[in-house]
Amino acid sequence: MATTFTRDEVYGRVEEVLIEALGVDSDEVTTDATLTTDLGAESIDFLDIVFRLEQTFGIKIAKGELFPDDILNDPDNIEGGLMTQKGLEQLKNSLPHADFTDFEKEPTVSKVPELFTVNTIVNYVERKLQAA
Amino acid sequence: MRWIWIDRFTEFVSGSHGTAIKNVTLAEEQFVGHLPGYPVMPPSLVIEGMAQTAGILVGEARGFKENVILAKIRAARFSDYAVPGDQLRYEARIDSIDERAAATTGEVFLNDRSIGSVNLMFSHVNQSSSAAGLPTHNFVFTEQFMRLFEAIQRARDPETSES
Repeated sequence: MATTFTRDEVYGRVEEVLIEALGVDSDEVTTDATLTTDLGAESIDFLDIVFRLEQTFGIKIAKGELFPDDILNDPDNIEGGLMTQKGLEQLKNSLPHADFTDFEKEPTVSKVPELFTVNTIVNYVERKLQAA
Repeated sequence: MRWIWIDRFTEFVSGSHGTAIKNVTLAEEQFVGHLPGYPVMPPSLVIEGMAQTAGILVGEARGFKENVILAKIRAARFSDYAVPGDQLRYEARIDSIDERAAATTGEVFLNDRSIGSVNLMFSHVNQSSSAAGLPTHNFVFTEQFMRLFEAIQRARDPETSES
């Protein structure tokens, strides 16, 4: 049975997950903080976060659902370091929980990690719990 | 010297949890310099013991098909240390496991007294993901390892493991 969480409760638990997974202090975890640049996440940390979210919220996160790395591995989606229109559309479709406002101005592949902010994770979990 | 930091599994429940023991002896090389005149088991080797306990548990859960690589120490805390003559016990449990990785939690006991916890993450590296120039064969659970693993099972329980 799905438990009902308010957005604040989801945020609080996501904050705990990030503190434990990344060894950061609570004041570093702000809504706009990016997981990689601001909080220092490395690739294995993304899986750690996925596992911890699954346990914390009792949800199942399929491969590529929260962090769709497959899209970036498709050569058709990238040209000269930028996401192609097709790639960008795919990315947006698979990441309805991310804010693309800044990214769309210059969709550089190297900036994809910046789509993953604390807010992105909270949005994702909230949508996932609503769908359950 | 073999890089094996557990002596025996005392419990093994496939895909779930397992317990291994390690008898600490003064003949081991780490005590030559750790510490001079004051032999204590380096905590890094206690972490390695837990990593081997949990890593074998994780490897066996998926039929030893993949290379199981220690990817992250989620937490390691100790309140005491082992000296020669002590027995360490590693109790490991699989929390999460899928085709990419596994997460385990573990408790360390010193002569039956809990002295800490070691929580780990392992990556599954198989042939299809060996783009980083890794060997295509299984370099973690090697033939030598599997022979040893089977030999230990035979020594413990000769009748059931012969069949």
